[in-house]
Amino acid sequence: MALELSDINVQVGNEMHLSDVSATFDIGSFNVLLGPTASGKTTLMRIMAGLDVPTSGSIVINGSDLTGIPVRKRSVAFVYQQFINYPGMTVFDNIASPLKVAGVSRSDIAARVEKIASLMGLMPMLSRKPLELSGGQQQRVALARALVREAELVLLDEPLANLDYKLREELRAELPKLFKETGSIVVYATTEPEEALMLGGQTILLHEGRLLQVGTTPEVYRTPRTIQAAQTFSDPPLNTAWVKRSGFVSKIDDIDTTYESADVLADGTYQIGFRAHHLMLQKPHDNALKIKAVVVTTEITGSETFLHINASGLQWTALVHGVHHYSAGDSVSVYVDPRNFLTFDASGEACMIEAA
Amino acid sequence: MQRKVNQKAWFLVLPVFLLVAFSAVIPLMTVVNYSVQDSFGNNEFFWVGSEWFVEILNSDRFHDALGRQLLFSGIILAIEIPLGIWVALSMPRRGWGASVCLVLMALPLLIPWNVVGTIWQIFARADIGLLGHTLAAMGIDYNYTQSSLSAWITVIVMDVWHWTSLVVLLCYAGLCSIPDAYYQAAKIDGASRWAVFRYIQLPKMQRVLLIAVLLRFMDSFMIYTEPFVVTGGGPGNATTFLSIDLVKMAIGQFDLGPAAAFSLVYFLIVLLLSWVFYTVMTARDGAEA
Amino acid sequence: MAAIHLKNVAHSYIESPKSQADFALKQLDHVWEDGGAYALLGPSGCGKTTLLNIISGLLKPSEGCVLFGEEDVTETDTSQRNIAQVFQFPVIYDTMTVRENLAFPLRNRGVPVKEIIKRVDEVAGMLGLGDQLDNRASGLSADMKQIISLGRGLVRSDVNAILFDEPLTVIDPHMKWVLRTKLKELHRQFGFTMVYVTHDQTEALTFADKVVVMHDGEVVQIGTPEELFAKPAHTFVGYFIGSPGMNVLPAKVDGNDAVIDTMTIKLTQSYGALSGDVEIGIRPEFLKLVPADKSDIHVHINSIEDVGRHKIARCQLGEQTLAVVVPENEHVPIGTMGIKFDPAHTHVYQNSRLIEGVS
Repeated sequence: MALELSDINVQVGNEMHLSDVSATFDIGSFNVLLGPTASGKTTLMRIMAGLDVPTSGSIVINGSDLTGIPVRKRSVAFVYQQFINYPGMTVFDNIASPLKVAGVSRSDIAARVEKIASLMGLMPMLSRKPLELSGGQQQRVALARALVREAELVLLDEPLANLDYKLREELRAELPKLFKETGSIVVYATTEPEEALMLGGQTILLHEGRLLQVGTTPEVYRTPRTIQAAQTFSDPPLNTAWVKRSGFVSKIDDIDTTYESADVLADGTYQIGFRAHHLMLQKPHDNALKIKAVVVTTEITGSETFLHINASGLQWTALVHGVHHYSAGDSVSVYVDPRNFLTFDASGEACMIEAA
Repeated sequence: MQRKVNQKAWFLVLPVFLLVAFSAVIPLMTVVNYSVQDSFGNNEFFWVGSEWFVEILNSDRFHDALGRQLLFSGIILAIEIPLGIWVALSMPRRGWGASVCLVLMALPLLIPWNVVGTIWQIFARADIGLLGHTLAAMGIDYNYTQSSLSAWITVIVMDVWHWTSLVVLLCYAGLCSIPDAYYQAAKIDGASRWAVFRYIQLPKMQRVLLIAVLLRFMDSFMIYTEPFVVTGGGPGNATTFLSIDLVKMAIGQFDLGPAAAFSLVYFLIVLLLSWVFYTVMTARDGAEA
Repeated sequence: MAAIHLKNVAHSYIESPKSQADFALKQLDHVWEDGGAYALLGPSGCGKTTLLNIISGLLKPSEGCVLFGEEDVTETDTSQRNIAQVFQFPVIYDTMTVRENLAFPLRNRGVPVKEIIKRVDEVAGMLGLGDQLDNRASGLSADMKQIISLGRGLVRSDVNAILFDEPLTVIDPHMKWVLRTKLKELHRQFGFTMVYVTHDQTEALTFADKVVVMHDGEVVQIGTPEELFAKPAHTFVGYFIGSPGMNVLPAKVDGNDAVIDTMTIKLTQSYGALSGDVEIGIRPEFLKLVPADKSDIHVHINSIEDVGRHKIARCQLGEQTLAVVVPENEHVPIGTMGIKFDPAHTHVYQNSRLIEGVS
């Protein structure tokens, strides 16, 4: 039992908005569509909802083809980035509206609305109008409306993007739990890798209308199949460099550093990538490489610091715990453990690493 | 999977299509038909080609009416646009004052044309009208049935009274859409009242002003009812504008052919001038983008 | 240029405020040092824009006065205060070129033409607007427009302070850090006092030397980013800054001991009898999960969130829930584990405010 997309293509004029996207969404699963702006997330969701028809390809749910069926005949809920509620109705009526349309009995409506409202912490404001609420509460009303109908498919298009970051942090932790009980297929689109990691479930990586990789979220994060997938799933950006491999020794030419690795890989040129938090200010390990660099700028997020550095022309970013002050131009030594390197061949495909 | 195109939608457009056909296209075609033929009643028609057009375009009567019409529209725009902007600028932006002003401004717009004409016809009469009598009592020589100047002033004041509100309301809407930050920034930049108007309010009102100028131009260029009620086009032909002249020709003299040609020329002039206004005023906009 | 002193300033939008709750800005006495980079940080509706408008003179405080250096400017109009401001949405004079936009504040003040040309060229060069000077400003992107708004402040040599009201709201995410870095650089070059209002902690902490955290119309802490992280003066600061925020647990404090439910945590300082609501606060970074037999304090692990660079363990301690940051490679089983509090980073709060004990 699942929803299946096969070879979905969307072409507008000469532009391909989606090319050959195929994916399977299990009933009751939580799925994250991760990709930068204009990667095709919204286009794909609109097709799943039935708001648009693909140029080619099909959507099959539980064995029946949905491709041509209009949205009002499907069991779909859609929540947008903007807080969309009926301004003239109370919070109660807003949440109840999809049930009224479906002709649910009055007593059932009251019971179901109250259950969802208490889950979302909206009980004290059921008789208020949406515009009297804060942004976070308004979006919770919109989410409650999506939850209450227990639709087969729930599409959430960057639902938390317009909220203060603290609220985002809290709702992000709550959301997967809320949807777990409904048995719906939930698809959540986001541009932020961190959000995808917090939400868990299955991740579908999109880039310029192409599907890069599908898998459980930690798996896609830790074993990207291409350098493009690794870059799309990294924030701050992935640190990369070119290396020359001969035998067990690899050399990073730019910074004139070598390291040994105990795996079998043909001699040649490779690309390595590693994430910002693997670049450290203290030596973590005896085998860690020491790299001299100059600070370009620092950014402080509160409990962590981003250090943008320049190591002999390589533009890298380090993410370190705590608050650290550096001025532009300061010299620093940074450390990285080669075991954290992801290795890609010259065309960007991940190398299968076999132990020697 | 092919996208199924739903053809049923065309049926929904049909009523509008029929409405437009009967209300605009068919009458217009009739006029075109009349304009190239001559008729002596009994439904007999003779083909005359462009004769009526040549006659109209060469007639002094048409030239005079067109001249009067252009002068009238020019004066109307020159008074109503600046006055409308000025009133809109001085209206309160918030609170109960704003609502009261809006209602007052909307009132003249709600009065039918012929009623406006009747009101002013009586109001300005030198014998019994409040305005006319007062002016006469003050020793001012004012009588719109005898003096061309008085007639013109009456018609213009009446139009200003009736239609400036429209300009005010449009400008007011434009002004209200300017975010407070602009005024605050201007304060901080030390801008004078004039600079705020010149560099913030006027550019932000540009779009609504374009609409206001177009509407007022077209309306004033086609004015008929009010001067007809007040002056009947007189004294003499002093306030005989294009539409009054046209009606005289078509209904008074029953010259259907020339009247039809007149109508078409009139229609084309309105279209042409509106197009010129629109292009000139949007050209600057395009250069910015 | 001069220091800005807000002397016992408070503001209420209600004519005759009756209680503290009626104040959008509660009483505040603070000196903004000349040349400092400040950020006003807080969630929407905390009163930060009110405070900014009081400095700029767009709002007259209902209590207290505003001093620029020695001069009382409480009654002085905005245009006379020599303040520059960059707003949330770019304010650009549409019909003017970039050059005319930059020259506008100087022209309004009757600065000689030669001086205007010199200043505009100088500032345009520093902002990287040199080759855009004769373009119409209205066709530019949002980030360029914000740079121009800032430029209109920088051209003036008499400016006391430059105020920023959430200036990056409409800027594309990938341009945000470019602009943030640029602002910092400009602050160094020009040395103007800058006050930056935002609800985004990264913007605030990256830009400012001193961050003013506001909550419900009240300034709850003024400190460097390090201080806000290591020693939050108010539980709100602990919650708002850092991700995840600080754990705040109701406790009984007696001498060197804090008791949560039945478990006792050792503190580095000693406290007398505390009245009111007493809580202890500790950041998730300073908690450590250990095998159950290595600690007297036990927690139940409810769930683990893998955020890539580390994991966040959500734990149950009696009635309370705790977040603990766990290193990337450490495996944590669901179930019961021991927990260690770092005493140096365990703070005591009374009625939400930090209390210092005796060492």
